[in-house]
Amino acid sequence: MQIDLRTVSIKPLRNTFDHLVRRFGDKPASRYQEGSYEIQADANLQYRPSWDPEHELHDPKRTALVMADWYAFKDPRQFYYGTYTLTRARQQDSAEANFDFVETRGLLAQLGDDDRRLALEVLMPLRHAAWGANMNNTGMCADGYGTLITQPCMFAAMDNLGVAQYLTRVGLALGDTEALAAGREAWINDAAWQPLRRLVEKTLVTRDWFELLVAQNFVSDGLLYPLIYEQFVDTRLGARGGAGVSLMCVFMTEWHAEMRKWIDAVIKTAAKESEANRDLLTGWTRTWRDRAVEALGPIADKAFGTDAAAILDTITQSFNARAAKLGLDL
Amino acid sequence: MSDVFIALQTNEESRYIVEALLQDNPNAVVDEQPAMVKINVPHSLVLKRETMEELIGRPYDLQEMQVHLITLSGHVDEDEDEFRLAWND
Repeated sequence: MQIDLRTVSIKPLRNTFDHLVRRFGDKPASRYQEGSYEIQADANLQYRPSWDPEHELHDPKRTALVMADWYAFKDPRQFYYGTYTLTRARQQDSAEANFDFVETRGLLAQLGDDDRRLALEVLMPLRHAAWGANMNNTGMCADGYGTLITQPCMFAAMDNLGVAQYLTRVGLALGDTEALAAGREAWINDAAWQPLRRLVEKTLVTRDWFELLVAQNFVSDGLLYPLIYEQFVDTRLGARGGAGVSLMCVFMTEWHAEMRKWIDAVIKTAAKESEANRDLLTGWTRTWRDRAVEALGPIADKAFGTDAAAILDTITQSFNARAAKLGLDL
Repeated sequence: MSDVFIALQTNEESRYIVEALLQDNPNAVVDEQPAMVKINVPHSLVLKRETMEELIGRPYDLQEMQVHLITLSGHVDEDEDEFRLAWND
């Protein structure tokens, strides 16, 4: 008996879902496209929400920004649930290794008492700012329109919690639980922290979700992260034996660099859409930048002493340059 | 003029490689086969890191491509930025 083996090639009848074919043409779609495009619920929602009868439940008019297509905000990182969790799991592993390394080598002992106290004073209250950022990003996800932009907002919200947790662990490593309590105390009562606390509270009650996105993820993070994690932790503490703290804060530095890619793409796309959008974004950015710079002033004073003004100024300049590159004229 | 070709397993990441190849090689011809995709190009083909990074949305090391590679024909010439296949004629 003879058996002939042959391959039969079966052409699939359809390559992907109809709604993706309409947008990208009839070809196999990537997981990111399948998991993000055209899946915003916008029909058959009979009742307007009782808490906001002016709007539909999912309504693009919850922001003053106008987009012809809310799916224009492609995330350059192409994060959907799968890629996002994989990336963060990998980062978590390497962060754990860093914490281990710092502990087993006793790296924190290289930090003098004064600098250790300073590190705690500057970093601990920021846990509460990170919590505010978490609330804000969750809010953007709730009020926003279009999965392509609400999805990364939710991821950002989770990352904000991650940042708060890493800060907690830094606090525990440097000064036990009293350090955390002292941070909370400073956040509520220390005069130097009140401007930043006010800023966070202002963002918490900002109703326009796109304005909130600009305020939180573009402006506030865009100034705070370089100031604290690049200038203070990596540069200033690094020079004084604080490499251990740097290692424990690696996630924040990496995360901010990655977030920048996303938020820059969002701002650029929105600004390119129309003159009206550009004016709106420019206005929001200017207002929130001024507020943020003012709020960060006292913290910079605490962290850098006499160099504070110069450092904050450099950071503001480079933020302005970044905004200009994205098409805003500040 | 003979073709150079590269054959890749069909998976999530190869999709981007194929897209990058199509973008940078206007003469490329895609030949979809079961579980494999073969890209034929007359004379020479190039895969650019820059294009890959833009499509895939993260830093990309061109050698990652080897994981999805089934076979290829042509002389390989690669550096950090480009992977090239060509016949010397």
